[in-house]
Amino acid sequence: MLRINSKEELKALRTNITSKRDLSKPYITICSGTACHATGSDAVAAAIQAELEKQGLTEDVGVRRTGCHGFCERGPIIVIYPGELCYLNVTPEDVPEIIAKTIKENEIIERLLYYDSSTGERIVHEHEIPFYKYQTRVVFSGNLWVDPANIDDYIALGGYQALAKVLHEMTPEEVLEEVKSANLRGRGGGGFPAGRKWESTRNATGKPKYVIVNCDEGDPGAYMDRSIMEGNPHRVLEGLIIAAYAIGSQQGFVYVRQEYPLAVKNLAIALEQAREYGFLGKDILGSGFEFDVKVHRGAGAFVSGESSALMNAIEGKVGEPRPKYTHTSDSGIWDKPSSLNNVETYATVPLIIRKGADWFNSIGTEGSKGTKIFSLVGKVNNTGLVEVPMGTTLRDIIYKIGGGIRGGKKFKAVQTGGPSGGVIPEQYLDTPVDFDALTKLGSMMGSGGMIVMDEDTCIVDIARYFVDFLCNESCGKCVPCREGLKRMREILNGIVAGKGREGDIELLKEIADVMKSASLCALGTTAANPVLSTIRYFSDEYEAHIRDGRCPALVCKDLISFYIDPDKCTACRLCMKNCPEGAIEGDKRVIHVIDQTKCIKCGICYDVCPSKVGAVMKISGEPVPPPIPEAERGIERRKEKGEGRKEEKGEKERGEGKGQKAKGEGGRDER
Amino acid sequence: MVEIDLKRVDEMIERYKGEEGVLIQLLLDIQSEFNWISKEAITQISERMQIPKSQIYRIASFYEAMSLEPVGRHIIQVCLGTACQVRGAPKILDRIEGDLKIKGGETTPDMRFTLKRVNCLGCCAMGPVIVVDGIYHGKITPAMVEGILETYE
Repeated sequence: MLRINSKEELKALRTNITSKRDLSKPYITICSGTACHATGSDAVAAAIQAELEKQGLTEDVGVRRTGCHGFCERGPIIVIYPGELCYLNVTPEDVPEIIAKTIKENEIIERLLYYDSSTGERIVHEHEIPFYKYQTRVVFSGNLWVDPANIDDYIALGGYQALAKVLHEMTPEEVLEEVKSANLRGRGGGGFPAGRKWESTRNATGKPKYVIVNCDEGDPGAYMDRSIMEGNPHRVLEGLIIAAYAIGSQQGFVYVRQEYPLAVKNLAIALEQAREYGFLGKDILGSGFEFDVKVHRGAGAFVSGESSALMNAIEGKVGEPRPKYTHTSDSGIWDKPSSLNNVETYATVPLIIRKGADWFNSIGTEGSKGTKIFSLVGKVNNTGLVEVPMGTTLRDIIYKIGGGIRGGKKFKAVQTGGPSGGVIPEQYLDTPVDFDALTKLGSMMGSGGMIVMDEDTCIVDIARYFVDFLCNESCGKCVPCREGLKRMREILNGIVAGKGREGDIELLKEIADVMKSASLCALGTTAANPVLSTIRYFSDEYEAHIRDGRCPALVCKDLISFYIDPDKCTACRLCMKNCPEGAIEGDKRVIHVIDQTKCIKCGICYDVCPSKVGAVMKISGEPVPPPIPEAERGIERRKEKGEGRKEEKGEKERGEGKGQKAKGEGGRDER
Repeated sequence: MVEIDLKRVDEMIERYKGEEGVLIQLLLDIQSEFNWISKEAITQISERMQIPKSQIYRIASFYEAMSLEPVGRHIIQVCLGTACQVRGAPKILDRIEGDLKIKGGETTPDMRFTLKRVNCLGCCAMGPVIVVDGIYHGKITPAMVEGILETYE
């Protein structure tokens, strides 16, 4: 690769790359993010390659493995250009047909298109699919086009031009001003203005100064940083180099989770390619500016995503937070001035430089500018990554883009902000989402996780889940966080086990108060948020658990029971075969009965009982009806009595044995 | 049980020569190659790099990704991130724990499986997710568990 020594040379390189690309020639992009990998995009890519070779089309058709397209629910996704034809849930078996019909004959394969169940229409183009149509993809847009292992793809889209502009046309102070006037707030959690952070690091006296990318993304349920780092790492690097220039830093670090192997790999490739072109190293783009980056892999500790803990880890120490008597902008890594931002924040920077602060300010709300990427997950129809202007309502995100709640269930709440955030109930669905509005509701933006919950989610169990999570992740250094979480976990475990006591709710609030005022780092001060916000909006659910021993969502194991409705049971033996404890008695033509003493309440019987039969019942807060006497369990006898059993037919329809057992199809489980 | 080749450990140490703050990275390298970190390996690092053993143990025991005990032939990771949680991950974990008769973090006596709980693997759209030896299995139900585990000897 040629080293690029000036702005002009970068321009020439881009022209050279784009001129070689014939945009009228068909090319296929295959989404290769982690989720699509998991659903088989490797096999699809291999099948496409093999089929093109077989047909002698390798010269005529381009193939590109891109980053995550965000619509993970429907992967693997392929998009065929020109024409932007989008096929979803593609399997290797579909590939010969795609090549023969779509590539060779320009014919659309209807069944692979997106089906809009509300209009009954099939949608051809990716951007017209409702999931994409209502998004504003700015930061995430490159993911659709760029092969993360090929820097030329990024350059073709205008990549590194912002860097060239900064290095050759702007002083560091001007860069700071631009980012400050864009009002870019950190996308990692707190929403602190990035420009101010950079400025105080620049003005700090110590040397050298460090810049850090936080790609720890420990919030369970959030994965936008992973997708950007995997899919478009150069955009993050470009932002980082610009920040380094503005701050006056020669050394950067990228802290990335070990749990994200593809991000680690793609980042390493990106760094190498950026060095070869001279975007990193000495005399970057002939400007005299020097900067390079080291990668530090995290090792699975949530608290290490906290900025001072992360800096400890980079020093090779245990990733625990430090007391913050001084700001990390004065005393960070090795006590030197350090500035830390997350992946999405850095990825936004090149856009601000290229398009200007005014453009950025034209998007969003008063206090929160630009767009934000959310990971819309949980009980929603279209799960995936969603980029929208700040200020979009929760309802638009969940219903317009997310397609509403799965299986026609009722919406209960959406959890935002990860373990430091809270839940938001239905009455606030029309809230415009930005940093301040979410905080006002007792939740927070966090890194942008949005976990949708339906009526089958127990809110107390969710609070218990977060407290349990944080309890395991608390480093234990300070007492309020370590002990507070443990006591909270005890109380919540009691409540979900039906051993809740009057006064528990007040006690939880009291502990929360102490943790908030006295913990060492943000993990502790925000740890009670999930508990407080669930109490705030769903105190009736807490009370049902405590007072009536009832779990309204039918989730908490100790408060629910399963039994088989003898009037509905067709004696198909499906539940018997699947019960891991052998707790179900019965036989062919003998109505099944659950032995309550053996039942571990795993719910498998409930899931496998065919939905049209629906004989397995789940109840809470009421006694289990006594089993019918053995003498009355014979189905034929009941048939004679005219109760209409269709045992033979039923068995054939449902299919017997292994297949059902292995796949668990036809059950009531929402999947 | 995989024996840790101390010569390999030396090679790994060599790669970081002259750099600061590399202990975590080195331990991760050993972990990812051998799936655990032995007492002997820690002694070796301590001697070669002049770092107190206590400091190495402190790090190796702090991080979830590092294991001080040998692990089974196959590693099952059950994702318990929030998205998987609301889609029924606890039922999956229950089923695996029940089938294998071990708890999260443990290894079966025949060394066939090690079961790990992980907080979020970042493929929330496919939840609940389990990963066996790096292969992702998404949208699984408790009834599918047996079929998946059967394929691993």
